[in-house]
Amino acid sequence: MKWETVIGLEVHTQLATKSKIFSGSSTAFGAAPNTQASAVDIALPGVLPVLNRGAVACAIKFGLAIDATLNRVNVFDRKNYFYPDLPKGYQISQLAKPIVEGGALKIVVDGEEKTVNLTRAHLEEDAGKSLHEDFHGMTGIDLNRAGTPLLEIVSEPEMRSSVEAVAYARALHTLVTWIGICDGNMQEGSFRVDANVSVRPVGQAEFGTRREIKNLNSFKFLQQAIDYEVRWQIETLEDGGRIEQATVLFDPDTGETRMMRSKEEAHDYRYFPDPDLLPVKLDEDWIERVRATLPELPAAMQARFQSDYGVSAYDAAVLTGSRALADYFEAAAKACGQGKLAANWVVGELSATLNRETLDITSSRISAKQLANLLKRIQDGTVSGKLAKEVFTAMWAEAEHPDFANRENLADEIIEARGLKQMSDSGELEKIIDEVMAANQKSVEEFRAGKEKAFNALVGQVMKASRGKANPAQVNDLLKRKLG
Amino acid sequence: MSDASLSALAAQLAAKQVSSRELAQHYLDRIAALNPSLNAFITIDSGKTLAEAAAADARIAAGQAGPLTGVPIAHKDIFCTDGWLTTCGSKMLHNFVAPYDAHVIQRFKAAGMPSLGKTNMDEFAMGSSNETSYFGAVKNPWNTAYVPGGSSGGAAACVAARMAPAATGTDTGGSIRQPAALCGITGLKPTYGLVSRFGMIAFASSLDQAGPMAPSAEDCALLLNVMTGFDPNDSTSLDREKEDYTRDLNQPLAGLRIGLPREFLAEGLNNEVAAAVDAAVAELKKLGATTVEISLANSKLAIPVYYVLAPAEASSNLSRFDGVRYGYRAPEYANLDDMYCKTRAQGFGAEVKRRIMIGAYVLSHGYYDAYYLQAQKIRRLIADDFSAAFKTCDVILGPTAPGTAFKLGEKSDDPVEMYLNDLYTIPANLAGLPGMSLPCGFDAKGLPIGLQLVGNYFSEAKMLNVAHQYQRATDWHARQPEGLK
Repeated sequence: MKWETVIGLEVHTQLATKSKIFSGSSTAFGAAPNTQASAVDIALPGVLPVLNRGAVACAIKFGLAIDATLNRVNVFDRKNYFYPDLPKGYQISQLAKPIVEGGALKIVVDGEEKTVNLTRAHLEEDAGKSLHEDFHGMTGIDLNRAGTPLLEIVSEPEMRSSVEAVAYARALHTLVTWIGICDGNMQEGSFRVDANVSVRPVGQAEFGTRREIKNLNSFKFLQQAIDYEVRWQIETLEDGGRIEQATVLFDPDTGETRMMRSKEEAHDYRYFPDPDLLPVKLDEDWIERVRATLPELPAAMQARFQSDYGVSAYDAAVLTGSRALADYFEAAAKACGQGKLAANWVVGELSATLNRETLDITSSRISAKQLANLLKRIQDGTVSGKLAKEVFTAMWAEAEHPDFANRENLADEIIEARGLKQMSDSGELEKIIDEVMAANQKSVEEFRAGKEKAFNALVGQVMKASRGKANPAQVNDLLKRKLG
Repeated sequence: MSDASLSALAAQLAAKQVSSRELAQHYLDRIAALNPSLNAFITIDSGKTLAEAAAADARIAAGQAGPLTGVPIAHKDIFCTDGWLTTCGSKMLHNFVAPYDAHVIQRFKAAGMPSLGKTNMDEFAMGSSNETSYFGAVKNPWNTAYVPGGSSGGAAACVAARMAPAATGTDTGGSIRQPAALCGITGLKPTYGLVSRFGMIAFASSLDQAGPMAPSAEDCALLLNVMTGFDPNDSTSLDREKEDYTRDLNQPLAGLRIGLPREFLAEGLNNEVAAAVDAAVAELKKLGATTVEISLANSKLAIPVYYVLAPAEASSNLSRFDGVRYGYRAPEYANLDDMYCKTRAQGFGAEVKRRIMIGAYVLSHGYYDAYYLQAQKIRRLIADDFSAAFKTCDVILGPTAPGTAFKLGEKSDDPVEMYLNDLYTIPANLAGLPGMSLPCGFDAKGLPIGLQLVGNYFSEAKMLNVAHQYQRATDWHARQPEGLK
């Protein structure tokens, strides 16, 4: 039987506000346990939540970015369950009236564009952390994270493979960091993915029973977990078994998913509207003020890169992988006036170098202006493309120099110092060609006898003799004339 | 001294006829003498009280006194009070010393009013007789075989016995008004949102409201001036201009339209209470008021609605008492779930557990629509009835409770019988309206009878005006229980 995979993702993004969603405590990561937990965060008797409007603004920004409906009145509910790192015994979340509904995100898989629709995005508070190690059979509770604002973003079950799921998760990650509502740090848990996975025979209309894989904190694990889960579900069904609705965890060490709790063990959360908080009202003024802070979005920028700079669709997609990369590219393109050339270099040489050194674009040793300087020299024929790579490598190495950042004309300096300038004096070149023709009489005769291959050998010899500085087009012209 | 009103005490303090320390000591002595028999206080700390009184004296000496600086007050043990044991009447918090002040406490401290201690109450404010307190029942000063009402029973009893010139209370379904009625004092539950709930241990968040309890309406007006005001720490606190609630006290009542809800003066009402209410109406008419019959038809559903909504909110509000971070934790347990179960089974009393179970049930999957949502709809209808009524009257008048104080133990085995005591007070909480109770007579047993006024939103000044004019014409509020040491 042929099977189809159905995937929907729920992503918890930690919002980049300075303080928590219902208290004034700091949200900074990594502080000593319980030093960022106020009376409200530890749920002392009598304390009350006060909504951080900054978190609401983040949600508005996201809703605008995905062209969703912003619910002008949205409501916080209490989700009740007991756990030691949930101080109030309930989590403040949004169930019936979330702040964001609908919207869509475009992804590209194998060159094909696909739209993934979103169900909703709602605001909620994070829980604290339970630390099971280092306490001799006891559990430590750190409430620093309790009350950190989250936007839970829920997609429709519209992805059909782990590759699509990863593409969606990446696109979402790009977007939330792009618009600045999340720092995107997956190691620190700022972007956590739950995957709802089911399979069904191809052609069947209704969905199979889903299992939810919780808390995936890397794109690699997301892909591995889904791939394993899909195989497991298909094998189970083909062996005559049944899939029971369940919540599962992915173990990166074994590459397997394992059951966390079954449907029967699922909590009855007894949701109801939180009487301590008024419904959140979004007025048009507020929405417009947030809209004004929205940067140009990746999709719009991709289109503009293609039309303004003649960049290919593929390169445009790569260049808008992060706002920093896009900004770098555009700065370089503007400074050298050569968009397509800049795209080639940013996507090619620069990205390869960054990857090799596992650096982010923000820590590139070569600035956009310095790269533009080099690109200008390629464009005006000062260096050949081949020698330009040598210049680039030299520029990268020069990074050790303390004054490096201030030397915008670093490429010029290196070309000059190393004598890498392309030969523009045709007299000098003619002299080299004459010498090469004299030393390679055999090739000259073969060419004249009709052997085209011999011409290429002569060009190679000329380039070699010029130590790569000859302009290949000029060599071709001159050589043809002399042989003709 | 014990007969003096708050304004009289303030005047004596201002004239330096008495010091705050002397005043505090007087009440501490009275508490020491009477509390063993009345059990109105859970915590007394004369050292702290006298230190606060000394600070008030310094303020008065420095010429920085406010209207009530130096006048002591007792606080219900539901308000977190920095450095004081704050138990909410429960074993669950028997060891909880609050590390911060509730907004209400902050305001009384800022006003320079020393705390005389923390008053007894029904556990987590759940009860109408003060018998559910972990710290034992409070006795009614008019007859110690009788209950003082609840949940602010300690507050009402201590004011009735003049162990404090005034007290704070909270009212979720009648917890200020019903004990005020049963103890023969004046108590006011303000419009929801007028007094910050920050630091007030939550029972049912959408209904809880703090208010003053004192011998007279004038005293309550002065206290309300201290308690009310916007608090950014409470999202349901109302941001509106500060009012002087004493401003209309002396306005004549000519032209006042009193609404008499036929449903509140019908069957189930004790004859002596009905007679006292009738007499109060007659008195007010003499002062120039007219009456109009009104209908609050949906109020008959108030008790069932309340006993869905209040427990629903309570079941969630009380989840934080889990033994993990503070308060009571069972001494022995096998694992986490066992720790939760034993802690909550041992730490909460029967009435609290009953309401948590009701609340969890009405919110549970499959029952939410039938109970919680339905109750919210009826709540809206009850509020609409009031809105319609206030088109034809200025204030609604009726009994506070269906009868006078009952005997200790008389109703404690029958929760429904107990719940019926709040029949007339609950509707104002559901609608968020202000309500007050003032003394209007005594029954044949010598127990006080309470008259209830319910006003439109923010009409506290008008209600206090009506009550004050009534109290100028009568002396029920000035009577004190005899036979107290």
